[in-house]
Amino acid sequence: MQFGIFSVSDITRDPVSGETPTEAERIDAIVQIARKTEEVGLDVFAIGEHHNPPFFSSSPTTLLAHIAALTERLILTTATTLITTNDPVRIAEEYAMLQHLSKGRMDLMLGRGNTAPVYPWFGQDLRQGLPLALEHYNLLHRLWREDVVDWEGEFRTPLQGFTSTPRPLDDVPPFVWHGSIRTPEVAEQAAFYGNGFFANHIFWPSSHSLRLIEFYRQRFAHYGHGTKKQAIVGLGGQAYIAKRSQDAYREFRPYFDEAPVYGHGPTLEDFSTMTPLTVGSPQEVIEKTLTFHDTFGDYQRQLFLMDHAGLPLKTVLNQLDLLGEEVVPVLRKELASRRDPDSADAPTHAGLVEAKYGDGPVRQPKPNANQGDNTAGATPYQDTSEE
Amino acid sequence: MTDPQEFRLAVVSGGTSDPSSTRMLADRIAGRVAALAGERGERVAIDVIDLRELASEITTAIVSQLMGPKMTRAIEVLGAADGLVASAPVYKAAPSGLFSSFFHVLDNDLLIAKPVVLAATAGTARHALVVDEQMRSLFAYLRTLTAPTSVFAASEDWQDKDLGQRVDRAAVELLLLLESRFADKVKDESWKSYQHEYGSAGGTELDIDLSTDLMRLAAGGSAPRTEQ
Repeated sequence: MQFGIFSVSDITRDPVSGETPTEAERIDAIVQIARKTEEVGLDVFAIGEHHNPPFFSSSPTTLLAHIAALTERLILTTATTLITTNDPVRIAEEYAMLQHLSKGRMDLMLGRGNTAPVYPWFGQDLRQGLPLALEHYNLLHRLWREDVVDWEGEFRTPLQGFTSTPRPLDDVPPFVWHGSIRTPEVAEQAAFYGNGFFANHIFWPSSHSLRLIEFYRQRFAHYGHGTKKQAIVGLGGQAYIAKRSQDAYREFRPYFDEAPVYGHGPTLEDFSTMTPLTVGSPQEVIEKTLTFHDTFGDYQRQLFLMDHAGLPLKTVLNQLDLLGEEVVPVLRKELASRRDPDSADAPTHAGLVEAKYGDGPVRQPKPNANQGDNTAGATPYQDTSEE
Repeated sequence: MTDPQEFRLAVVSGGTSDPSSTRMLADRIAGRVAALAGERGERVAIDVIDLRELASEITTAIVSQLMGPKMTRAIEVLGAADGLVASAPVYKAAPSGLFSSFFHVLDNDLLIAKPVVLAATAGTARHALVVDEQMRSLFAYLRTLTAPTSVFAASEDWQDKDLGQRVDRAAVELLLLLESRFADKVKDESWKSYQHEYGSAGGTELDIDLSTDLMRLAAGGSAPRTEQ
């Protein structure tokens, strides 16, 4: 079981101090937050992708590569990478590069995003959002698994003899999560390929997320990747922690009330009753998070939203201390004791390498020489070249 | 199986005072439907949704899509209803924002083909066409089957027996529509021809069609050719 945090990368006015951080300040802050995530013993740091103010994270692989260089164990991932408006060829290249630089400490979560104007900014048609996402992933899947790809589809120019470089680290593609809250086709795609499925699990009651997760588990088994409980499930969640429950409410309320997405809507009390949000003591966060296991069974990754809505850096770092020191160690112990030995392990590069090669040799592709036209030929790697 | 002699009627009232003439009008229509049904050996079970009690949950649903417990119950009632009486107060030449907002946050497919009597109250007869000109279009969008007679009551109508006649006329229409089981038949024979989303129709629309072009694309197939 992996625990971590995910950030949307919003730059939001702090409603208590009245100050809005600069882009430079927020980008510095997110790096400190990611380092703290590792320091307090969490496993995963995830960043969103946005292409307009007031967000900063337009280039997740650049950020994550920098964080990878400053950390030792942390798994870097996204929440989410836009599979609609990014060219899958660029995703294949950039994330393979990140995989090499991080020595496999990365994966990625694919999503369709929630900002309609992004489509035309990248030359895509909003009306084709879902087929675009599905077709793009079908291509991405092949680009990481086949050295040379011939491909033709509806939404980008055909590829003839294309090789995405670098090849994935150890020739093992990065693990992919598909994120969705209500699109059965996305759950079906995750299941078809045996990839992970992630439910945002922030805005709606757990029962909403359960429907698609159940469907994904059934289809995962249908496609022969394992039993239902071996499907790979990730969940979001949200917490604000203080030693005393009433302090948590008092401190978090102004941020909640002004939060960009749900602010000025439900009361903090109603929202924390009806959704996965916990505001309270470490013990209360532990108890609420364990209800996720009651609902969903064993799952592999739990990400918390902790850095948002204008919370100052100091507060976020303090939240991470509480999460890492007082909440997650108890959750790890409790969930380990509940765990069915047959359920899937959380995905790691080492695990994927082991699954692919066992004790056998690990493929390390070496390209053929430049033929003089800046290509390495039709079978560009030495171990697959026709003699 | 549904008892062919029993109907569930949901009354939605946008009245905000207590007692409210909007609620009173809705109750009169629902009461007449029940009385007429009784004369014909049928039974009508009435559930009332008083929107004033849901006001804060309705605004929450608008800004955050989060359904509170009272909204959740109201949606269950509407989903199970065979027919509706929907009654709004008219403010500024339009059905009240509370009333309209309630219907705005419902799933588009929650009320498909259900028969509805529309009713409205106002302080002046100058608002009389609000029911037919504004409320009827909202219920058309929701694909409901609105009864030919809508019932409007300005303050002075409460002292006019003609109001009672219009109430009776609307009640007969609604009962006949209920007896036709039109909504059930549409659901049995044509449900899939309406637009649905996963989890729509108040969380009941959970069938997943695995044979669509998009599902084939999800499972590694090709995208359907789009017309250029």
